[in-house]
Amino acid sequence: MGVIMDTNSPLIEAQDAGLQSGGVTRLSHVSMAVHPGEIVCIIGPNGAGKTSLIRLLMGLEPLSSGKVVRREDLRIGYVPQKMPIDPTLPLPVHRLMTLTVRKPRASVLSALQETGVAHLIDAPVCNLSGGEFQRVLLARALLREPQLLVLDEPVQGVDFTGEAALYELIGRLRTTHGCGVLLISHDLHVVMAATDRVICLNRHVCCAGSPETVSRHPEFAQLFGGTTSQAYAVYSHHHTHGHTLSGNILSQEEPSMHQPTLKGQAECGDDHG
Amino acid sequence: MIMDDFFWRALLAGIGVSLATGPMGCFMVWRRMSYFGETMAHSALLGVALAFLFEWELTVGVILITTLIALLLAAMQQNRFISNDTLLGILSHSALSVGLVTISLMAWLRIDLLAYLFGDILAVTQEDLIWIYSGALLCLALLALIWRPLLAVTVHEELARAEGVNSPLVRLVFMLLLAFMIAIAMKIVGILLITSLLIIPAATARRYVTTPEQMALFAALIGSGAVGLGLSGSLAFDTPSGPSIVVAAMLLFAVSLLRQPKQSRRPS
Repeated sequence: MGVIMDTNSPLIEAQDAGLQSGGVTRLSHVSMAVHPGEIVCIIGPNGAGKTSLIRLLMGLEPLSSGKVVRREDLRIGYVPQKMPIDPTLPLPVHRLMTLTVRKPRASVLSALQETGVAHLIDAPVCNLSGGEFQRVLLARALLREPQLLVLDEPVQGVDFTGEAALYELIGRLRTTHGCGVLLISHDLHVVMAATDRVICLNRHVCCAGSPETVSRHPEFAQLFGGTTSQAYAVYSHHHTHGHTLSGNILSQEEPSMHQPTLKGQAECGDDHG
Repeated sequence: MIMDDFFWRALLAGIGVSLATGPMGCFMVWRRMSYFGETMAHSALLGVALAFLFEWELTVGVILITTLIALLLAAMQQNRFISNDTLLGILSHSALSVGLVTISLMAWLRIDLLAYLFGDILAVTQEDLIWIYSGALLCLALLALIWRPLLAVTVHEELARAEGVNSPLVRLVFMLLLAFMIAIAMKIVGILLITSLLIIPAATARRYVTTPEQMALFAALIGSGAVGLGLSGSLAFDTPSGPSIVVAAMLLFAVSLLRQPKQSRRPS
């Protein structure tokens, strides 16, 4: 594992990374990076290797080929996809927060304040709702003063309005803490608005770039045809409107853009006139 | 009640062991390792047999074999075609049987098998007491040392690893501690009942506490209480001491069940 020294260089980077396990190729030739202050979102269907990729990046799983380069002493705040807390373990929130770091109660409280759940500091973890738990986990990650936040499906078990609020919070935290954010999602429609770069993964990188670029990529359309792309069109519409070359899909007369605007659409190249 | 010397020695020995098995047992409860611990304990008899055969120190033989079994378990857990549960079932009883067969094959050997299976706390000598207390203190000190990382690994192993905890090392230390604990506690309640001294006090403590550290402390106290009650009962009713201690622990556990969890308790 290499070490990155330069301050403008990526926090973490995969170079041609591959993963085989049990004779199955789970990831091949994946190259991607997260820079400071950047929100990168990995999207892809079930079994695309999203979680495997972040496990590789964090060094939780050994690579089969290629390499992962991390900045020296990179502090990672990780929110795993599933975190079942056994009720046999009596665990108050403040104790969960300080599992791997020693911090005074005041710091714990201010981290919880940032995510809006300060009142839960003494609550037993097993009594929290899905949304509360995600906010506590996010506060927990912040307490480590991370340079990189890694969030695996951060809105699981959160209702729709809570979901939007949570992504808004993640966007805000990026600004206030100046950390890079790497997140996994399949809730494409909400996440797109708050993402700088999207990596569309299906065992290999299908396409990557700004949300607009990715959304127009034919491979992306193939993977996310149907409901997701439709939902995404709601957001993309402002940017692509009037700049698309082929009229057959994005017709000007159409009052609503809530249509699949993606399939077969020509590459425009310039989104912002 | 007769307050003979042997009674006080037994009580002190039991309390010494309980102080260490309480906190250890909490981790076994949290990590769902009770059957794992049982398997290790059952293999201790083979350790006893080998210690006699090769003239090792008994403790060394027990630690060696229980650790080997634990490592074997860890290696075999990779096999997808045998479930963990089945594997423990196979190894637990196989280890015990291999131990019994080995001892019976050594026809020249005359050992009190029942003392190893069910403990012989009333035969504790002063030298044993020194062993028990130095062992228990060492166990507690090491457990305190790995307490935070072990708790982090228990809550979520991946998360702990991502945040820099050396989880294989922490788990290995815990397993060695468990092997050591079994070697010490064997004298008190015997191979067949050791798990109860680890698990029951911890499970009893759960209803009274809100933090992991409180639970460890309560488990140690409840275990000591069970030893006191069990030994007194054993003396009063002339019942075997090891099983009497387990019965006392069970009764304390039953009492704890009467306590309602905090959130559903009505204000009086």
